[in-house]
This record gives sequence, C-alpha cells and structure tokens, in this order.
Amino acid sequence: MTDRQDAYITGIGQSVIGRKLERHPLLLTVDAVKEALADAGLSMNQIDGVSTYPGRMPQMLGFSPVGADELVDALGIQARWYAGGGEISSQLGAVVAAVGAVLSGQARHIICFRTVYEAAAMARPQEYPVPHPDRADGMMQWMAPFNALSAAVWVAQYAMRHVKRYGLTREQLAQIALTGRAHAALNPRALVQEPLTMEEYLSSRMIAEPLCLYDCDRHSDASTVLIVSAGAALDEVSCQPVRIAAMAGSVDRHSWDQADWMASYATGRDLWARTDYKPADVDTVQLYDGFSFLALTWLEALGFCERGEAGHFIEGGRRICLNGELPLNTFGGQIGAGRLHGFGFAHEAVVQLRGQGGKRQIGGDPRVAVATSGGGPLATALLLARD
Amino acid sequence: MRLLPRLDPINREFWTAGARGELRILQCLDCEGFVHPPRPVCRHCLSERLATKVVSGQGVIDTYTINHQPWHPAMAVPFVVARVALNDAPEVYLTTNIVGCAVEEVEIGDRVRVIFEQREDVYLPLFEKMDRT
Repeated sequence: MTDRQDAYITGIGQSVIGRKLERHPLLLTVDAVKEALADAGLSMNQIDGVSTYPGRMPQMLGFSPVGADELVDALGIQARWYAGGGEISSQLGAVVAAVGAVLSGQARHIICFRTVYEAAAMARPQEYPVPHPDRADGMMQWMAPFNALSAAVWVAQYAMRHVKRYGLTREQLAQIALTGRAHAALNPRALVQEPLTMEEYLSSRMIAEPLCLYDCDRHSDASTVLIVSAGAALDEVSCQPVRIAAMAGSVDRHSWDQADWMASYATGRDLWARTDYKPADVDTVQLYDGFSFLALTWLEALGFCERGEAGHFIEGGRRICLNGELPLNTFGGQIGAGRLHGFGFAHEAVVQLRGQGGKRQIGGDPRVAVATSGGGPLATALLLARD
Repeated sequence: MRLLPRLDPINREFWTAGARGELRILQCLDCEGFVHPPRPVCRHCLSERLATKVVSGQGVIDTYTINHQPWHPAMAVPFVVARVALNDAPEVYLTTNIVGCAVEEVEIGDRVRVIFEQREDVYLPLFEKMDRT
C-alpha cells in the first residue's frame, strides 16, 4: 500500500569505495547513478530533479568534487528542481530537501547524491590543492588559534563529558568500531575488510582523548545515490519502494562550542514527535559514525536508551550485532565501509528493509529503520518504512 | 605555530583586549545578554546597541580533551583543548588551551583564569588552573 501524499526512496546506487582512485569523481557519481536507475527501473529522462550536499566546493574539491548543477548538465537531465548546499541540517538534509520538492509537485524523481574524493585528493594535491589561509575566518577562528584543528578534537570534548559524567569506558565506546568493522567484513564493497579486535582497539594510538585512531572514519573515494520519488509517481518504478515515514533536522547554535548538547538530541526528539512509530518498532539503525561517539549519542538522542546510558546499552556488542535486538551500521558504517559522508546510512537502511543485504542481512522481516547523518552542530534523522 | 584569527570590526576587541589584560565579551546594552561569537545584533532581543564588557576572566572547565595527534609536523603534543564556561558571562563558552600544568592535571570542573598569549596583533585568551594540585 502506498500513499500519494508520501515520498519514497526508490532507487539506490553506489560506486566502488576506494582510496586514491584514478577514476574521475564525476564518473564515480555516474556509476552510482546508473546503478540507482537500474535498481528503480527508471531511465534518465524520467529524472527531473537533483539534490546534493554540500555542492561543489572549489576550495576543497576532495571533500565535494561534484555539484548538482554540474550533474544536471553532464547527464542531460531536464531538471524542474535542483539544490546543493552545505547550509542545511547535515548530509541527509539533501534528502529532506528533495522530499519537500516531490511533495510540493516540483519534481517526480530526484537524484540525491554525495560524492567524496578525499583520499585521492590527499594523494594528488597538485590536482586537488587545499588552501592554506594565512588567517582563520568564520567558525574556524574560534578553534584554529588553539590548535583545535579537527572535528576529532571537537567531538572528543563531548565524549570526555560522557566519560566523566556517565562513566563511559573505552571498552564500551569500542563496540561502535568493533561492530562496524565486523559488519564491514561481510560487505563486499566495504573499504576495510578485516575485523578489529578489542586488543587492537585498546592499544591503538590516541588522537584526542578519549578518541583513538579506530574511533575515526577513513577518507575514501566513492559516490552514493538515493532516488527520492513522489508517491504519485510510484507506478513508474519497478523496485520495492521504501517510504520516508518521518524526517527531522535541527540546528540550535551552529557551533561546536556554544551549544550545551549536540543537535542530535533535539533531532531525535523531533523525529518521534512526527510519527506514530516508536523506537521499539525499529528493526535496524544506521547511525552516523564519522566518529564513533556520534553513533553512540544517536542511540541516546533517538530514545533507545536514556541520556548517558548508551555505553551500557552497547556493552559487549551483542545488542547491536547482526542478530542482536538492534543491529547497528550493518554495512560497516563509515569506520568500516569508508567515509561515504552520511548517504551510506540511508543506502544501507534501504538494503536491509528490502532484504538485499546478502551475508550481512538481518533476520526477522525488517520493516522500519532509522538512518542519520551528522550529530554535532548539525543533525538529520530519517525514519524509513517498508509497507 | 598557531593559525590566527582574521581581525575585523566585529571581532577585533575580543582578540586584542588582552593587550590591556582584559577579556572582553560583547554584551547587549538593552537586555544585557551576551553575544558570542560577536555579531552586530543581539541574539536575545535584536538590539543593535552592543558594546564589549570586561569580564573577570575566571571560569570553569566545562569539558576538555588531551590532543595527541600532531595536525601538522611542527605541532608539539600532547596539549589540552578545553571548553571554558565564563563565570560572569552566562551561556558563553570559549574553546581554549589549558596551560601551566601537566595535561593529566586537567579535570572537568576545574576553576581557571585567563592569561593572554600575544601572537602578532592578536592576544589569545588561554587559561590556567586557579587551584594547583
């Protein structure tokens, strides 16, 4: 049963996930687009919209080498609507924007994409130069002078508060990385194919306490595509559509240091206020793990446990493994599969709800999933349902 | 090596008041709310009548991390990055470094006071512990 008043993810596609790839980032995007079109049973001339995050960034081409306008032109899309920008509630905000477009009748089938080329760009700085500003502007002026130069340092400060206030242990936090790496080993496309042991985790070098090397995702070169379709246009697709049952995204202080709590908490609360589903209805969660601690706090933010309790919730890892009560990051997350930057979580939610996970498929006829992106000053959550 | 802030008419007083030993935070002259990061409008009442106020420079460590990763080759590690809540500027936090003690001596809740480190035309507000253990 479908509802014309709803929006759906129809096609999904993904390029190879690699490091230091030679293949041009636009071609990686095309790979993912072709797979998504074939998956949905759509042809290019049925696509009438494009949405991306954060749009082409000339100053940081590795971070975002392809923009919505470039893709429209490169693929000959007759776009009735398109958008690409970073000033939105994190990566999956591009999907939220597309839903608004299809529900208001501005488009029927929108290609939403996120292409990353960070590993290749670092390997080939002559092709993908990064700016070296002589002074810091904007938000970075409040961080850079104190050598707080990476999001790892910003996230670590929230994580330290969990350590000191709630007794979060390294062994508990490790379960995000261990779970992701275990699941990645079952995902043929995942960047890292080897599981991680607790001993390796505990002995790895610290980046910013309490975050160690394995709490950080890995730069990769890849593209992920999600096609968002109007309920009124579902008769044009031949795949199992997944309904976007609720969405939330919030920002209070767009700042890593002025907000008391991260934006994920308000976003999780808002998500459940917009649906009759409850956390107990969720069969799997795909939670942003650019840093492991973000995934841990998403569990609290989404109400699967109380604030401060996520360390206990994932202790030992059984609850969040493939046959646990709440399988988490079944494709490996960004820590295992590579830094797809937000879109991988929604992609995997669709895979699982359709039962297409292969060796990593969860059991029990899953029908409801949550996918998130961001979690610091920016956060988006999608509730996805197979009807 | 530190990457310094680019000064402009809005942020200049914050980054240079340390020359006089002062920590200055922008405050609304109408509602007395603090506005940080500094902007030409009050985020509480939309007043455009704003002026920096000298605050005590004392605060409490809200949270922190010990940074071990050298983000560029010349960076000396480890060092503490902390978020300090200012005693007399409610809801204003400063990301900063805790200096003058070993990194393992830093704890959430520690009382700290500002000291300034001059780099070119900028006076960086760093903090040191008030109670040495």
